[in-house]
Amino acid sequence: MSKIEYTSVEGKSLPYFALLGGLAVVMLLAIASVFYMEHEGHYVTGMTNQIVWGMPHVFAIFLIVAASGALNVASIASVFRKKIYEPMARLSALLALALLTGGLVVLLLDLGRPDRLIIAMTYYNFKSIFAWNIILYTGFFGFVGAYLWTMMDHNVYKFKPYAGFFAFVWRLILTTGTGSIFGFLVARSAYDAALMAPMFIIMSFSFGLAIFLLVLMASYKWTNMELGDVVVNRLRNLLGVFVAAVLYFTAVYHVTNLYATQHHEVEKFLLLEGGVFTNIFWVGEILIGGIIPLILIYAPGVKNCRKTLGLICTMIIIGGFSKIYTILIAGQAYPLEIFPGYEVSSSFYDGVVNSYSPSLPEILLGLGGIAMTLFIVVFALKVLRFLPASLADSVVDPHAK
Amino acid sequence: MFDSKDTAPAKIDFFNLDADADNVNISRRDFLSKTAVAGTVAIAPGVLLHSTSASASGNTSTKASGEEVSSKNRWGMLIDTAKCADGCTGCVDACNEENGLVGHDRPATDTQYIRKVTLKEKSTGHELSLPLMCQHCETAPCADVCPTGASFVRADGIALVDKHICIGCRYCMMACPYKARSFVHENVDSQKLTAPRGKGTVESCTMCVTRVDNGGIPACVEACTEDNHNAMIFGDLNNPESDISIALKARGGKQLRPDLRLNTGVRYQGL
Repeated sequence: MSKIEYTSVEGKSLPYFALLGGLAVVMLLAIASVFYMEHEGHYVTGMTNQIVWGMPHVFAIFLIVAASGALNVASIASVFRKKIYEPMARLSALLALALLTGGLVVLLLDLGRPDRLIIAMTYYNFKSIFAWNIILYTGFFGFVGAYLWTMMDHNVYKFKPYAGFFAFVWRLILTTGTGSIFGFLVARSAYDAALMAPMFIIMSFSFGLAIFLLVLMASYKWTNMELGDVVVNRLRNLLGVFVAAVLYFTAVYHVTNLYATQHHEVEKFLLLEGGVFTNIFWVGEILIGGIIPLILIYAPGVKNCRKTLGLICTMIIIGGFSKIYTILIAGQAYPLEIFPGYEVSSSFYDGVVNSYSPSLPEILLGLGGIAMTLFIVVFALKVLRFLPASLADSVVDPHAK
Repeated sequence: MFDSKDTAPAKIDFFNLDADADNVNISRRDFLSKTAVAGTVAIAPGVLLHSTSASASGNTSTKASGEEVSSKNRWGMLIDTAKCADGCTGCVDACNEENGLVGHDRPATDTQYIRKVTLKEKSTGHELSLPLMCQHCETAPCADVCPTGASFVRADGIALVDKHICIGCRYCMMACPYKARSFVHENVDSQKLTAPRGKGTVESCTMCVTRVDNGGIPACVEACTEDNHNAMIFGDLNNPESDISIALKARGGKQLRPDLRLNTGVRYQGL
């Protein structure tokens, strides 16, 4: 591979500022939503005492999971020494940091007391996986930030393999922590599974790479720089493996539950009788997010079609949101089994499937997180040299390993 | 301080401040119960006499005002579902009054510390009702998952939320096997001095900790006794002589979700 030249985007055009401006407007709407929710109290949202984590958590967890996965390209270059991925490592790390920032901001602003951030940072219950996650998120910024530094500053370039390795290990631990937020919930029928942690890791690979590909293709298209098929098809094939792996983990999770009699009821709810949740599972998660992208990725007729790949990535992202929605909301909607063998009723919704209707402020807050992520990326591409000036096939060398 | 009820059936109960005075307590109670003195009388430094309607049913506490919270006590409740009257909400009403819980006609977000649950056994059709609240687990999932340590279990077994360091993340609500917790969804006003609340934080049954710390019993138990249902007994699970321990020894008591092995402080008979 010839020496890679990096460049920043000019960022003086009207479309560039229009993009930044549009993202800023979404962020402002999100801030307005937060003020409204915090001033009035959470009763104005769709959340209740039954569905305690709603739409903002769906966005936040999606972004946090994707952040870990967006680092894939950099990890494959540094840790697994695949040189073809190396030119994209800077963008990969930048996107990872931006996604985590967007996710954490949404998570923070949906707290009952977001003003108590300092308490979350200074009071730790070390038995809580949530507390561990706060440490893991902070560490992720540190490790990936250092990794990015070693990539961009020649004075510390020699430390890059070490920084890359630690960032790789840390992000695996981080997503283990995110999955364990659900895996450690012993009382809820839809959670309490060790499989949650590895499933979240493979979800991160898939969602993160889909977002990375979209950002990569948009960056090169909008700057009129060359992006060759070799790189794109390599990433496309990798994406196919990840999508298949997510489907595999999903299947193992449900088949394991179906084997145990005690989980038959919750599986019947999730797979057959859950109404909107069942539809989102089969149509959103499995069909749009899994099977159709898988067919399109390996379909010979559209191999080099960028538009199709853009569609595939979008479908995977929609599927990702659907998957987290079914894990998070459907898992809470299914009633707690406090009295096995009894029909239960009360004034507190015992024994009934809980309903959830996301409110506009919750959705705007979530979209604000996405806007923030993209704003950071778009702005950073202007101020620092993250993008290789060319990713043409001749530059990246199709025979490189 | 737990108020005296002059109109209630008068029987003296006794609370001592001395950590090692259990034996004295028993003998004096026998003596004093025969005197039928109503009201609260201080008979010696560190010793208080209380008269309660609840004590008439045998509900007792041995905690005295000012005594340090310790693992010497394990406060618990025993609920006899056979005595819990269907349709009666005396315990719920008393709890709402005690803790200043006001509904806003929004049942999905209104706080409930205690609720009446109606059960129908699928195989037999047998129906029963019972009150359900925080089960005050020894190894509480809410305390395990709380990132800041705001959810905690006191040495005497009462599970609480420190309102000052609760960040409102609601992970404890996800973790609670009994759905015992509520999130304060709106501004709160007219709070009770003994039951602080806060918008954006999580709350649940405190076992009327201020009453217990002053030698009293929870409001729900008191109401149930006043209504002559006597379905609830409050007391010290660590004290083999307490009414709750005696009742448990005689007829047993089940924990909800015993498979989770949380060693709950609240037990049920007739399930």
